[in-house]
Amino acid sequence: MTSRRLFLKSSALGMFGIGTAPAWLSRALYAADAPSPRKKILVAIFQRGAVDGLNMVVPFGEQNYYKLRPNLAIPKPDRTENSAIDLDGFFGLHPALAPLKPIYDAGHMAIVQAVGSPDPTRSHFDAQDYMESGTPGRKATSDGWLNRALVPEKDSSPVRAVSVGATLPRAMRGQNEAVAIANVNDFQVKDTRGAGTFESMYENSLDQVLNGAGRETFEAVKLMQSIQKQSYAPENGVEYPKSSLGQDLMQIARLIKSNVGLEVAFAEMRGWDTHVNEVGARPTQGQLANLLGQFGNALAAFYQDLGDKMADVSVVTMSEFGRTARENGSRGTDHGHANVMFAFGGGIRGGKVHGEWPGLEQEQLYEQRDLQLTTDFRDVLGELVVRHLGNSRVASVFPGYEQPKFRGIVAG
Amino acid sequence: MKKFALSIVLVAGTAAFSSETQFSQPLNKDQEILHALNRLTFGPRPGDVEAVRKMGVKKWIDLQLHPERIAENPELVQRLQPLDSLHMSAAEIATNYPPPQLIRAMMNRSLPLPADPDARERAEMQIQRLRAKQQDKGDDQAKADVQAKGGDPLQQAMRPQVLATIDPVERRKLVADRTPQQVLPYDLNEAKLYRAIYSNRQLEEQMADFWFNHFNVYLDKGADRILTSTYERDAIRPHVFGKFRDLLEATAESPAMLFYLDNWESVSPERAQERRFPKAKQARGLNENYARELMELHTLGVDGGYTQQDIIEVARCFTGWTISQPNRGGDFTYNDRVHDKGEKTVLGVKIPAGGGRDDAEKLLDILARHPSTARFISTKLAKKFVADDPPPALIERLAKTFHDTDGDIRAVMSAMLDSKEFFSEGAFRAKVKTPLELVVSAARATNAQVDFAIPLANQIAQLGEPLYKKIEPTGYSSANAEWVNSAALLARMNFALALTANRVPGSKVDAGTFENTFDNSASAVARQVLFHDPTQQTLDSIEKALAQKEPTPEMVAGLVLGSPDFQRR
Repeated sequence: MTSRRLFLKSSALGMFGIGTAPAWLSRALYAADAPSPRKKILVAIFQRGAVDGLNMVVPFGEQNYYKLRPNLAIPKPDRTENSAIDLDGFFGLHPALAPLKPIYDAGHMAIVQAVGSPDPTRSHFDAQDYMESGTPGRKATSDGWLNRALVPEKDSSPVRAVSVGATLPRAMRGQNEAVAIANVNDFQVKDTRGAGTFESMYENSLDQVLNGAGRETFEAVKLMQSIQKQSYAPENGVEYPKSSLGQDLMQIARLIKSNVGLEVAFAEMRGWDTHVNEVGARPTQGQLANLLGQFGNALAAFYQDLGDKMADVSVVTMSEFGRTARENGSRGTDHGHANVMFAFGGGIRGGKVHGEWPGLEQEQLYEQRDLQLTTDFRDVLGELVVRHLGNSRVASVFPGYEQPKFRGIVAG
Repeated sequence: MKKFALSIVLVAGTAAFSSETQFSQPLNKDQEILHALNRLTFGPRPGDVEAVRKMGVKKWIDLQLHPERIAENPELVQRLQPLDSLHMSAAEIATNYPPPQLIRAMMNRSLPLPADPDARERAEMQIQRLRAKQQDKGDDQAKADVQAKGGDPLQQAMRPQVLATIDPVERRKLVADRTPQQVLPYDLNEAKLYRAIYSNRQLEEQMADFWFNHFNVYLDKGADRILTSTYERDAIRPHVFGKFRDLLEATAESPAMLFYLDNWESVSPERAQERRFPKAKQARGLNENYARELMELHTLGVDGGYTQQDIIEVARCFTGWTISQPNRGGDFTYNDRVHDKGEKTVLGVKIPAGGGRDDAEKLLDILARHPSTARFISTKLAKKFVADDPPPALIERLAKTFHDTDGDIRAVMSAMLDSKEFFSEGAFRAKVKTPLELVVSAARATNAQVDFAIPLANQIAQLGEPLYKKIEPTGYSSANAEWVNSAALLARMNFALALTANRVPGSKVDAGTFENTFDNSASAVARQVLFHDPTQQTLDSIEKALAQKEPTPEMVAGLVLGSPDFQRR
């Protein structure tokens, strides 16, 4: 049987010569013999620094929230931009997340409250590490959950796992090939005069290791070339925000739309560690509002740009832990425990805030200070891995957590 | 030499022999020289092959095993001179280059400003910037406007390509004033690269890299930002050829390791209760992280024969090993009040009740002298210096040397470098260079003048090995498979072309030397940077390009540095 790669290289692309094959060709080739006609795609977004989930999705129905946060609490919904946006009569979105409300209303965005890692650490480093390895409490895990979520395959796309950025994040590392791409346009031999020579060296090399890797590399380069030739024009009138998350999500959208075999992608946003002056003159302004504005605008642009393609795409957001239920003395919050996650996409059972609400009474708080955990983050990710990506071997994706409790966020 | 080198490369590529045969096939004299240089240094410089030939390989290796007998390169001394944080204590580092939380404390007046006028001025500037940030004028639109105008001019001035054009002393002042949080990582990265490129004590540098990586800490984990410089200088470097037990002790009581693997927070739950410690600590109790990695990664190895119960017992031994004030660069301290006083049993050995600090000392004795440790360390060294799959007979001999000499690292290395396996076809060119080795060996081969190493460090990070930033306690792998993937390979090719075209800021390659050589042929340029003949495939590919009159001489050099031939050592 001719492998997909060999076919790609030896016949079809050969007809057009290196680097001149039109985009539709590689698209058609991948579509024609891909194992399943429409592969599902999972995009994971990490909010590094621990976002304040209680101000992201506001429990305005709980009076304790207002007692604990006299300066920080987002006012109850009053249909102005200085109040929460009502979701279900109890929870509301931070007003800076208004661009996401239509997605929620369309039933394509699910929210999980009081979710996170059961490990008690309040160290950013350890908590991010555990969330990315998918093994809370275990440091020596060498690979990440998003890499393990892929089913090892022969002749898979060289760009089936892509993170946007200079280095591969922990969540993406592992035995399945995964690449870090800062920008689709950078994935090439930059001095074009050298490209052909390098390709010839690696193609002909008798060094088995480098020959194999070199072939893969130049296949990936060719796939990218077909994308690079066109400047990217987002659809549906979308203009991606200039923020780094906005630009990164645009790269991912570009890869998805060019059908090069992407299955999992990773992007991140930093700056959520709001110990001091989390809010400005009003609780709905200031640092957190600005960050959430960037976050919401970027996600909404991605969703609109992909349009019908969102049927095959799920996006999930996470952050290493939440922040203290009580505000601190400098108009900020400190490191806490449970947090909030978003999942959106065509296959998501949205329009709903999932998970049990543990309450904010003093005795309901974790260690008497933080939101209690009622959903393990692996329940959410595990459900996406099994029911969205179709990888049923969840025990090997989250070793030591054999039976995640699915919350019904993926429509079945 | 020409013919021989060529045929050997072909053999290594096709690997038809069983591994045992390969590890007993000797090398010829020229290969021995090349092999020793490729493995024990960060790659040969022009003139090195001749120098080793003149001295004799054995004598050269012996000298490399005794770095104190080698005069240091003045070019290195001069480059290290402005990097003042390398000579400070951790407390001085905290004062002079305070991390954000100390700046915050100074702003809130819970910490006095530094006494040194320069440091004071810097701290005041940082406080001002922090205040401005907290008032948060920078909304999305303002940021977009700045970007549209080509970026913040101050930030532009701090870009590595601009910094590379400034005199080192001025540059340092600029970095300290404008981006003080960069001083420590810059000093560490620059020092590491200047040493790797310019030091005459090459094996010592390879060993320092090996042991730092073995006892890895992560620069960006909180206080490790200010604790890593002294860790490398005081805990790792003095012991790289010393006794393993001393190295183990130095890392175990280093604030950097105590912080990185959380042992500084580990307390006996019962004793903490008695003493009414703050709530947070009561909830924590015993922390097993260090105990686990100490056995799994530092000594016995994952299959070294310990149990989960052993981990708990080890953690109990280490309760009370802590740091006085990690965020202020405090020292190691032993706190008997939180030490678990009960009896412990580790790996079948009883440590009686009522002990103190010496519980952990006894334990380190047990671990350092355990047969599993001898085998684990010997294997790891052989994987780094011989091959990914070193022959078992070699491991057994090295482990025996480790055991017989009470863990004398120099003796183990000496035994390895004296073995037939080290100088065998099985080892010859069997290792793919790590990103650090690739970038440094390219700079050495081209005799690059490196006056600002940060752009090189950024290249290494792009190839997948950000220095001092390996998050996991495992450190970086030296296995070939780890470093061979699409994005990294492409980045290697791009780096090679950029270096010889002088597009890497801060590094200068003299293109004239390639022009002179090029008069002869492309293969002469290849030999100039490879120090052996290129493979036929590499040469053919370059000559094909030459036939189309494309590459310049320095580009030929770049193509060779990006070729499969240069990826191995």
